[in-house]
Amino acid sequence: MFARIWPLVRKEFQELRRDRYALIRLLVPPILQMLIFGYAATFDVSHVSTALLDRDNSQASRALVARFVDSGRFRITATAHRDRGITDALENDKAVVGLVIHAGFARELAGNGGASMQAVVDGTNSNTALIALGYVGQIANRYASDQAALRADSRQPLLYARLPQVGLQGRALYNPNLDGKWFFVPGVIGTLLLMMIVNLTAFAIVREREVGTLEQIMVTPIRPWEFILGKTIPAFLIGLAEAWLIGIVGVLWFRVPFTGSVWMLLLGTVLFLLGAVALGLLLSTLSRTQQQAFAANFFVLNPLFILSGFAFPIASMPDVLRWIAAVNPVRYYLVVIRATFLKDVGLSVLWPDLAAMAAIGGALLVASILRFHKSLE
Amino acid sequence: MTVDATTPDRIAVEGLVKRFGEFVALDGVGFRIRAGEIMGFIGPNGAGKSTLIRILCGLLAPTAGRAIVGGIDVARDPEGVREQIGYMSQKFSLYDDLSVMENLRFFAGIYRIPPSQRAERMRFALDMAGLAGREQALVGTLSGGWKQRLALGCAIMHEPRILFLDEPTSGVDPMSRRRFWDLIHTLSAQGVTVLVTTHYMDEAAYCNRIALIDRGRLVIEGTPAELKHHALGGQLLRVEGGELGRLLHDLPGEPGVLDVAAYGNALHVLMHEDADAAASLRHLLARRGLAYARIEPAEPTLEDVFVHMVGVARQPASAP
Ligand SMILES: Nc1ncnc2c1ncn2[C@@H]1O[C@H](COP(=O)(O)OP(=O)(O)OP(=O)(O)O)[C@@H](O)[C@H]1O
Ligand SMILES: [Mg+2]
Repeated sequence: MFARIWPLVRKEFQELRRDRYALIRLLVPPILQMLIFGYAATFDVSHVSTALLDRDNSQASRALVARFVDSGRFRITATAHRDRGITDALENDKAVVGLVIHAGFARELAGNGGASMQAVVDGTNSNTALIALGYVGQIANRYASDQAALRADSRQPLLYARLPQVGLQGRALYNPNLDGKWFFVPGVIGTLLLMMIVNLTAFAIVREREVGTLEQIMVTPIRPWEFILGKTIPAFLIGLAEAWLIGIVGVLWFRVPFTGSVWMLLLGTVLFLLGAVALGLLLSTLSRTQQQAFAANFFVLNPLFILSGFAFPIASMPDVLRWIAAVNPVRYYLVVIRATFLKDVGLSVLWPDLAAMAAIGGALLVASILRFHKSLE
Repeated sequence: MTVDATTPDRIAVEGLVKRFGEFVALDGVGFRIRAGEIMGFIGPNGAGKSTLIRILCGLLAPTAGRAIVGGIDVARDPEGVREQIGYMSQKFSLYDDLSVMENLRFFAGIYRIPPSQRAERMRFALDMAGLAGREQALVGTLSGGWKQRLALGCAIMHEPRILFLDEPTSGVDPMSRRRFWDLIHTLSAQGVTVLVTTHYMDEAAYCNRIALIDRGRLVIEGTPAELKHHALGGQLLRVEGGELGRLLHDLPGEPGVLDVAAYGNALHVLMHEDADAAASLRHLLARRGLAYARIEPAEPTLEDVFVHMVGVARQPASAP
């Protein structure tokens, strides 16, 4: 069954070996970009000016505020006594974030219902605000779980951070030092991998079309699925090697802890690569010239990047973009990769993301097989 | 005469039309090729030769008409056809960055040549291409003639019964061309049907049959001998020792003169078939006061035939 695929795979690697710049092309950009991204694109925030309204004024609420301040992320620049005070502080640029702890916070925390607090952000500086908001959620959650741990009857109390402007309660990740790099480095691995692999495969078929070798292959009895698989497998193996390379740089250089299961990461990477390779091949079958492939590449990769949750939370996007993001394999991979790096979550949590990637990858692969006609028209 | 899958000919084409948008690349082409026959297609650039071969290989779908290759309708079952054919495209299409052996191994694998026969077939193709000893050479570093022979080797490794060769000898030196045609004749003797296109007139003479194609139409078709003797529709005379420029300028359009073409230092004049064409030409030259040394009947070459026929085909009056 694989009789015709093996010669294709071997041929791809022979061509790669003859390409003296291939190694440089495959090694240097990901490492370089990893370093640049890792340092520059941490989107890190600290000492965010914060307005505080503590309606509870209990020991519990003060402890929570202390946590915010001690994290180094927040700096209380204004203390309000009414709701107005918060809005005023934001309007007058005295603060970027407003924290409101509702009356009864301590009681709710001790009881069964979720204790509630509220965070208000200055939307004009959305990037900082959103990241700050992420930290609000994380700090509050950690406080809540610490409180829970302290109590003998460990029925799960919930600290519910009600965030009126932006609901950022998607998947807050466990990042004990609240270090931005830890959060972003796994994301960089995912997005870099996407760019490298789609780039590699988008030209795979169209180049042969331009050179003319595709015409020779088309007159052989090879089946479209054999040809597409013959192109998929080499790109897939290269992608796997790239993933390790980038991942190892991330772990060794940025000292991101790897707490999860290597097997889970491998499974996620395999499924993600399936989608990335198939997407590249689909673009390649849709293009007549390498130039078109390049344009298509650019056109597709940017939205995938933006809608991946790498920098901008998907949960806060308009519906249409959220639907598009639902078929974006990068988005699921980022969940898997962040989860396996930063916390040890298993199949029971990650299976929806894995299943989504498998479905998307499978669909794209089928699409590119159907798209590939053995015809010059 | 209709073409269907039961026809004994290896290739049978009928009313083949190919349009690219408004442009008509093939305009009702029909012909047949028997097993073991070598049929050559000759025609100017853009005549539609490559388009024809691509349709027969199932790479392009015909707009109208039918093409049966190896007993199979190409438009219906291109994959069935592909098992039986070998194809050398006009543009060199092996992998330049792979070695000779790697290319052979690749196509042997794609054609699923059984492992027991693989080594022997690759050896055969290698020897045939004369590339023994250069197995490890990168194909991109080979010269034109070697490349073409290797391409032929790759195209016949799976022992196809039908071979399509699109200008296989363009850019190849005369010695290598000669060798190439010896190979084609060897294959034909083994029963392989060959459809070959070329721009070289001398090569046309190596074919069993020749078809002249111009602007998508099959102008004329027959054995080289048939074409030489019947296609001109007149008598060919050779005029020597005259003033070429004046003769070329003055003769066309004179009564009885069908065609005039320079041929080396002499002139070929095609006269109406009559009892004594040479006498009428002498008479004509005398009347116009044109000097010459000698007039004698000339054996028409295929080039004469083609130049003449393309001219006839392009005259509006003779277009059907
Ligand atoms: N895919 C295509 N789309 C549009 N026009 C095409 C296409 N392929 C060929 N043509 C046109 O059809 C005509 C015939 O082309 P073809 O390549 O068959 O000629 P040819 O006889 O092989 O010429 P040459 O001797 O130069 O190789 C040309 O005018 C060409 O421009
Ligand atoms: Mg051509």
